Amino acid sequence: MGAEFVQFSLTPILIGVLAAIACALPGNFLILRRQALVGDAISHVVLPGIVVAFLLTGSVTAWPMLLGAGAAALVAVVLIEAVQRLGRVEPGAAMGVVFTTLFAAGVLLLERSDTSSVHLDVEHALMGSLESLVWFRATGWGSLIDPAAWDSLPPELPRMALVCAVLAALTAVFWRWLRIATFDEGFARAMGIPVRAVGLGLVGAAAVAAVAAFDAVGSILVIAMFICPPAAARLMTDRLGVQVAWSVGFAVLSAVLGFVLAGYGPLWLGGQDAVSAAGMIAVTGGVILGLACRFGPARVGSVPRP
Amino acid sequence: MSGRTATPDLALVQPGGAAADDALARGAALAVRGLTVSYGAAPAVFSVDASFPSAAMSAIIGPNGAGKSTLLKAALGVIPRLSGTVQVAGVPLDRARDRIAYVPQRASVDWDFPATVRDVVQMGFYRRLGLFGRLTGADRARTVACLDRVGMADFADRQIGQLSGGQQQRVFLARALAQEAELYLLDEPFAGVDAATERAIIDVLRGLRDDGRAVVAVHHDLATVRDYFDHVFLMNTRAIAEGPVARAFTAAALEAAYGGRLGATHLAGLAG
Repeated sequence: MGAEFVQFSLTPILIGVLAAIACALPGNFLILRRQALVGDAISHVVLPGIVVAFLLTGSVTAWPMLLGAGAAALVAVVLIEAVQRLGRVEPGAAMGVVFTTLFAAGVLLLERSDTSSVHLDVEHALMGSLESLVWFRATGWGSLIDPAAWDSLPPELPRMALVCAVLAALTAVFWRWLRIATFDEGFARAMGIPVRAVGLGLVGAAAVAAVAAFDAVGSILVIAMFICPPAAARLMTDRLGVQVAWSVGFAVLSAVLGFVLAGYGPLWLGGQDAVSAAGMIAVTGGVILGLACRFGPARVGSVPRP
Repeated sequence: MSGRTATPDLALVQPGGAAADDALARGAALAVRGLTVSYGAAPAVFSVDASFPSAAMSAIIGPNGAGKSTLLKAALGVIPRLSGTVQVAGVPLDRARDRIAYVPQRASVDWDFPATVRDVVQMGFYRRLGLFGRLTGADRARTVACLDRVGMADFADRQIGQLSGGQQQRVFLARALAQEAELYLLDEPFAGVDAATERAIIDVLRGLRDDGRAVVAVHHDLATVRDYFDHVFLMNTRAIAEGPVARAFTAAALEAAYGGRLGATHLAGLAG
């Protein structure tokens, strides 16, 4: 399967793996801070921002998309605050109302605008286009060391790799701040740690991961990878560092297994067509979480608690 | 024990009045001036002046909703203050962060957090270590020593959610000990703990006082004030009285702080 694998499967798998890791890293802290919904909200709110950015610039290049997504996130924050105050509802409900409304608005905008020339439609918004991110000029494993072939690498790959590396570096550098601000905010403040900046930085990091991954893998996978790998990892250990390591492992496993199952699963079952890789990766992440709930050594009830 | 306090004998403080002059504020381990905090329209703490002496155990006392914890948190910069200044040993708060240790209310954190007892105590080193400082062998030994002082050395590798309430409170105290501070601020350290833990905590706090450190605790059990503390600060949104227990913890001050909530016989029993 050498040449064909490199050409058609290697880059989608790598991009899926990198997207999953990029989302899982901030997801660990979002979940421990009971802010998992923030990742969910961001990945939905990104859509109208990207559509508006496309309508204004007529292209789907990275910077306008990022700016549009960022602007949409700001609008969402203001709206969530407004709904919460004016509608007197709890924060979770306010968030839910705002992000579903904005996402739906994004879908409507997409339907009414002419995006046939670019990879931007409702299906892509949900499921991404992982399978289409193939490496055209690859002829086999040798292409990995052939600079001429690198030109046709899908641009999502280096972009996702950069985002993933930056997030990993930020997590390592600010490890102590993240840990203490997440566990005991009051104590961290008393120590003089900029707790608010840490919180905003975390949400910002999640937004960058969501925007970068959205284009390649769609919003369903982004939501799943924010939550499933870290939540499953929490059930495997009682140490934060070990949890983050498990979450990266689960993210990789979901991406690889999900991609393979999407491609071959239907064939094994006697069907014809492959199913969406992003969708299958998300489902795999959910199944892993389910297994961790049943068998994880640190799950509730696995140790006697007073 | 209560004769060592550096504060003059202040009985009832006039609300909003400057109770402590500048010279006194410089001598105090912790001095707040004109502190006001508000969560909504009505202030939770209004224009409070208070000073707490070093080498003494001080209690912040008042009825539920009097703003005791709010005063403590605002003095630490944990919650924002509308007005007022805070000095630690004569130095503004922001330049004195490494002289302060803080024990938050136990219920303020999620004990399901993935951390062991040892991890939590080592958070007390984070101010000194910064983001990149390496945890040395001496730090590890100190971690165990701090746990030993609160009788928790055998639990170093337990996940914190597996501890009882009293044990969790001791771990928080061990973390404060790891901060090696001059001023220890504790928010309801005896709330919901067993008798043995209360004993262990009070012994550690007395040890700190005898070392010349200042201990300031939000306290709600009026019956133990005389036993445990040298100095009291009574409040109900505003400052009501402060001074050595013998002089400030009086029936009149309690009546002023608690209004009709304490009966006459109760008052007489407490204030002796």
